[in-house]
Amino acid sequence: MNIYKLIHFGVWAAAFLSAAALFIIIFYILINGAPHLTPDLFSWRYTSENVSMTPAIINTAVMTFLTLLVSVPLGLFTAIYLVEYSKQSRFLTFIRLAVQTLAGIPSIVYGLFGLIFFVTFLSWGFSILSGALTLAIMVLPVIIRTGEEALIAVPSSYREGSFALGATRLRTVFRVVIPAAAPGIMAGIILAIGRIVGETAALIYTAGTVAKTLTSLASSGRTLAVHMYVLSSEGFNTDQAAAAAVVLLALVAGMNALSLYIAKKAVSYEQ
Amino acid sequence: MTAGKGGLHTREKVMRLVFLGSSILSLFFLALICIFLFSNGVPALFKIGAANLLLGTDWSPVDTPPFFGLLPMILGSVCVTVGAVIVGTPIGIFTAVFMVYYCPASLYKLMKPAVELLAGIPSIVYGFFGLVLLAPIVRTIFGGSGLSMFTASIILGIMILPTIVAVSEAAIRAVPASCYENAVALGACRERSIFCAVLPAAAGGVTAAVVLGIGRAVGETMAVVMVAGNQARMPAGVFQGLRTMTANIVLEMGYAADLHRDALFVTAALLLIFILIINAILFYISSINRLQHS
Repeated sequence: MNIYKLIHFGVWAAAFLSAAALFIIIFYILINGAPHLTPDLFSWRYTSENVSMTPAIINTAVMTFLTLLVSVPLGLFTAIYLVEYSKQSRFLTFIRLAVQTLAGIPSIVYGLFGLIFFVTFLSWGFSILSGALTLAIMVLPVIIRTGEEALIAVPSSYREGSFALGATRLRTVFRVVIPAAAPGIMAGIILAIGRIVGETAALIYTAGTVAKTLTSLASSGRTLAVHMYVLSSEGFNTDQAAAAAVVLLALVAGMNALSLYIAKKAVSYEQ
Repeated sequence: MTAGKGGLHTREKVMRLVFLGSSILSLFFLALICIFLFSNGVPALFKIGAANLLLGTDWSPVDTPPFFGLLPMILGSVCVTVGAVIVGTPIGIFTAVFMVYYCPASLYKLMKPAVELLAGIPSIVYGFFGLVLLAPIVRTIFGGSGLSMFTASIILGIMILPTIVAVSEAAIRAVPASCYENAVALGACRERSIFCAVLPAAAGGVTAAVVLGIGRAVGETMAVVMVAGNQARMPAGVFQGLRTMTANIVLEMGYAADLHRDALFVTAALLLIFILIINAILFYISSINRLQHS
């Protein structure tokens, strides 16, 4: 009986450790970063004396928008095809396998691909556009998967009702299925935003590390996560890096909470 | 209907093609990534020689003559991945068991988002945390610089935790309740029922969780760069610094030229091959699972 008591203890200990890891990380970052969140850090211009994060925040917003502009329609259309159109077939397995593989590729490999393809082969140089398209391929699997789950969760009676009223398949998809699946789809998109905001490795060699606000999509610019990496690896501005970490954490936690809230609404909507 | 059946049909057909095209794009992107990375790596493979590249223990790309031995980095990746699995797997699986069988409903409402948030924290933040808190602690207790395989393994272990918890939890929940109930009815205590009846039934999914975690650990870059020390030599010990394949790319891509650059592309190609193998394993596990369930 003794070993099972040990296991019982182990289960509680493991759960405690998992929760503790999260809280220690959050508290440590907050304690170290929050005092350094001075108004100066949010001034419009980045200088070597005042490593303002405002340009990086603006770049992050543009990068996120551009990435979603490409990946959301593509991902959603793929999910629609997989759920609403295709029949169980080898082709379907093939696509699912490709999506699963894309989801597993490390972000640094995406970064190198972006460097070879967008930056060098298409000669777009280090630019927001190169970075955004690299990220778009990277978050595509997230959008496809969550979109698929959201579409599958819509009861088939909705579709049958729509067909019975004489609606075509396309009309059924856009007028009946997607509105019903909207909260789930939104939760997936927000999850993708979290990944875009936190991404570093895929951006260093595609969007570059220039610390200025972008002037066009062809200009190089660092996002907030890259900004934080550069600051902490240079070693002169560790406090400011911690401050950037607080902003990053707040953004990601906010996105997670929003995603959770929307997904919860989706559940109550279905009931 | 009054718009004319022809117009309606065309729109249906066009959109169907658009949807189909979008799904084929995923395949296309995957092929594009493979083609571009492999084609950029192959020349170096011939110029340096596959054996020198994969088994060479000396990485000094800017010396004359340069040496491009990737073995230190390959072993470095293996070491931190094994470390991360040692740290993350037991805690992850036990936490998943906790979530399903021990956690009160009120606590579950906090635990689930907490694990999800753990997955959402950017790797750069993990790395920063490891650099400023964990590394000094390791330095004071075990000596050395603190930037070591040990520190990297702990950080990576925490990072793969949410993956292992989420996938294992789903696998455990997928086991029919009767499995647990029968074990209890036969007189087994709760722990014995879970670990001797339910977990073996969920073995496929739990294995998939660990394999997925391995994939994460191998591919993780920014956190490892910040805490592993990055010395380009053969891993020398648990409390010594080492360099992973991912770190090698990030650290040197900025100034690499010619053959050096190509050698880094080979590194990325190796990572890609590794992930393809991992995915093949996952596919194999899930097809076995499906066979068992049907």
